[in-house]
Amino acid sequence: MSLLTTLARLEAVRSGRAEPLATVRHRHLSERPMVLVPLTAAGESGAPLAVMLGTDRDAPRLHLVPQPLNRTLRFDFLAALAADLLPYLESFGEDVEQIEGSEKDPETGEKTQVFRELCTDAPQLIVPNAAGVHHLALIGRSTRFRRTAEDAEPGPHPAPLRVPLLGRWLTHLTDRAQVPGSSLLLPMTGLLARHWATGQSHLEDQHLAARLAWHFPPPGLTGAQAAELAESERDEHGQLVHPPAGPATDPAFDAGVLAPAIARYDAAVNALQHSTEQGDEAAAEHARAAVRSAVEHLERALRAVLLPTWRDVWQGLDLLRTLPPAGHLEERWTGDRWSYTGHRDRLAAGEPPQPRQDDAVTAARKLAQREREQARLDVQEALDDPLAMAEHRLSGEAFSGVVTEVVLEYDTTGRSPKPRPLVTLRTADRPHADLGREAHRVHGPSAQKARIVAVDPAEGTVTLRVLSGMGRKKEPEPGSLPEPGEPVTFTLFELTVRQSAPLPEPDDTPWTHGGPPGTAPVAGPSATGPSATVAASEDWE
Amino acid sequence: MNVSTNVPLGGHAEPLAQRLAELRGPAPQRSLNARSLAALAANPGCRRRAVLDAAGVDKSVLAARLGRPAPFGQSPFAIARGLVFESRLKADGYAALLEPLRAHLGVPADDRAPLLVPDLLHRSGPAVRADRTAEALARAAADPDAWTLLDHPMLRLAVAGSTAYLEPDALVVHGGRCTVVEIKSFPVLDGGADPAKVGAAARQAAVYVLALQHAAAAAAGLPLADDPYTEQRLPGSPRTSVLLVCPKDFGNRPTAVAVDVRRELATTRRQLSRMTGIGRLLAALPPGTDFDLATDEDGAPARSTEQLTAAVEAVPAAYSPDCLSTCELGFHCRARARCDDRVEQLGRGVRGELGSIRTVAEALAAASGAGTPDTAALDADDTDGAHEAAERLAYAAALRAEALGTGHPGADRLGTERNPAGA
Repeated sequence: MSLLTTLARLEAVRSGRAEPLATVRHRHLSERPMVLVPLTAAGESGAPLAVMLGTDRDAPRLHLVPQPLNRTLRFDFLAALAADLLPYLESFGEDVEQIEGSEKDPETGEKTQVFRELCTDAPQLIVPNAAGVHHLALIGRSTRFRRTAEDAEPGPHPAPLRVPLLGRWLTHLTDRAQVPGSSLLLPMTGLLARHWATGQSHLEDQHLAARLAWHFPPPGLTGAQAAELAESERDEHGQLVHPPAGPATDPAFDAGVLAPAIARYDAAVNALQHSTEQGDEAAAEHARAAVRSAVEHLERALRAVLLPTWRDVWQGLDLLRTLPPAGHLEERWTGDRWSYTGHRDRLAAGEPPQPRQDDAVTAARKLAQREREQARLDVQEALDDPLAMAEHRLSGEAFSGVVTEVVLEYDTTGRSPKPRPLVTLRTADRPHADLGREAHRVHGPSAQKARIVAVDPAEGTVTLRVLSGMGRKKEPEPGSLPEPGEPVTFTLFELTVRQSAPLPEPDDTPWTHGGPPGTAPVAGPSATGPSATVAASEDWE
Repeated sequence: MNVSTNVPLGGHAEPLAQRLAELRGPAPQRSLNARSLAALAANPGCRRRAVLDAAGVDKSVLAARLGRPAPFGQSPFAIARGLVFESRLKADGYAALLEPLRAHLGVPADDRAPLLVPDLLHRSGPAVRADRTAEALARAAADPDAWTLLDHPMLRLAVAGSTAYLEPDALVVHGGRCTVVEIKSFPVLDGGADPAKVGAAARQAAVYVLALQHAAAAAAGLPLADDPYTEQRLPGSPRTSVLLVCPKDFGNRPTAVAVDVRRELATTRRQLSRMTGIGRLLAALPPGTDFDLATDEDGAPARSTEQLTAAVEAVPAAYSPDCLSTCELGFHCRARARCDDRVEQLGRGVRGELGSIRTVAEALAAASGAGTPDTAALDADDTDGAHEAAERLAYAAALRAEALGTGHPGADRLGTERNPAGA
């Protein structure tokens, strides 16, 4: 947390309301996001209990597992979720544009023109918090290796057809969510935290309702009071008035509402089984009605617990839409579209599911990508948002000021003289401006590099020699240099992100890193055979 | 606020336990267990927690009386899941539990050395069970070739003048040494587990290891090694690596992972040795302070809420937002921190950033350029730190105001750049 963020938090404590941390919206928001609020069954990692989802805030759809320990019911739930979610995810795969590129022939080195498909839009999933992302990752991990009846060896418990596909999509989305600045899958608490500061800690900010309380405190209450109410207010039955955003449910809800409702369902199912065995049709009919009624009862209970969070997520989206989009959103969203298109293509090509653990090259690539994207995100946010640039100015990595003097000088060492003008600016910032250090002009007409040639901290002036971005002529292009009186900003970091050194193809993994995948047995506890044994050893029950 | 460490203990001739019992009043003592001992290590600087835990005050009840009940609870589903997993492990003569233990400890698969599982009198009281465990452990350690499993043994640990009874899930004894086995129902997924949960389990297991080290040293008539990282190789002394047995992936098949708990052991030892110094904290309490939560026959409480609040306030706390998830009094301490306008309410890291600035008002005053914070109470180093932090805050505030286009927050106050629109 930087001092600027801390300051915003301090201001929020005083004002009792959330305070801005950004002047623009730094994440892409889809016009048709899929909001997804998951709940998990306590005590068992990744065991789903229910999910509320939809693209229409007035029409949430609910799926639930009436008895979370029952594998068949869990598969039914996952099949229903797949049937609901996959059409949304796949609907963006049809509409494509052709992107021109060139490909180098690996043997002749000749470049040929190629066209690649890029989906014009991509899906966007919004979950309440980071724990929701983790939960989806667990569901993805637990389902993507499942065998279905269509497989050669379906195993003893074949899963419904589309369930492994759902797992592969969820794995891809949760993996992509690790890439800084990506927007295919976003937690609402994280989105809000990027754009506003509250007067409480990051830990407390994970509670979506408490976070939002700082934005919309009821009349007469400060944000802190409203947040505490959202965290702890209980009704006469001891149930939280505002249930947590999950995926874990409140223990008091588990004990007081969920456990009796599940017990009622179990009893109804047992009665049905008993009457069927006895061949008592009248009793069976009665028991079927009891099962239906027990499921409806569970639906009501879970809907009541999910709806407040559902509304919170949509309220958060409204809040974010009040901010104007940042300039680089489109560029970053294009990266998300490539990611989506790539996964679509891998599925179409019949590639196997993502492995349990990445091979060395894939892992290194992912890491390099995340580092690169983090650097790119930092630069882009700074360019898009003066508040983000203020972070760099505070840390001495950038400085803003007003130009006081421009002196045209020339470099005459070459055949023809080149313009190397001196620009002096007055600044209140205190950059780490060592003499000779390179600086980069922000928001100039073109990319412009300069070198620091004089610094006078007492006067608050910095003099730079401009090295590029002035055209090829003897005189600098008109407008390419700042005029006296003009406000300018320079950074001490580059404004474009360098590509990292290329990594080998996975098939060329050096022996130091385990060799090509599949050649050597993997050591350690992760050593398990093909996915068939994985599935066999992972029977939920 | 400052508790002098030199207060003579002469005024408290009565034993520590007596004084702690007085603090608690007639309410039943809330005994320390491995979880509460381990939780102490989570926030070592908190005197409030140290005193209340040592006195065995029921913090849940206390928090409710103070008006901010603890939000904790365990889901019946989580409890059921834990029980199911453990009972599966112990079914068929511990067959499922032994499978992962074999790989780690070399428990033989055949009948060459049958596993001994002595009866530890589970239906008796803790003292009887602890004696029985000590006997069984000594007998098992005497035969280096035998493999013995102690199922839910009972261990004693003296903490701040009182005895805490601790119940690990299991101990495996072989070759004269024992290994703590802790069964948890969170999964090890693809070779990794939730670090927060593993950390909590390690802290808990460290308490068991410490109790076993004390017992082994006492049995051998030796003092406990000064260095917590030295492993004393005495008969029956524990290994400093414990075995965590968890479900593998999403199934019910167990897998065991060895966890080195030496670091947690060192922390726990330090914490507990500080607790024995609890007398100094008690000496600083105003006379007549107690945390009596009892009620008389009519249900009228012995102490009013005001009295309890005052008593709790008499012991300084070290609040940080982490407390909300580990301590029953977290909500109360947060409310106090907010009332006192302290910067800790925003997190531990904030304290470091703001140097010696302690309150939100001071920090914001510094940010608006309203001069230096009150430095009268600070020594020279702190004053420098306060100035530096204040300067940085003012600079940050100017940058923030410029970026938001709101004008310098201090400008209006100074009357130099008054907004013509009038705010």
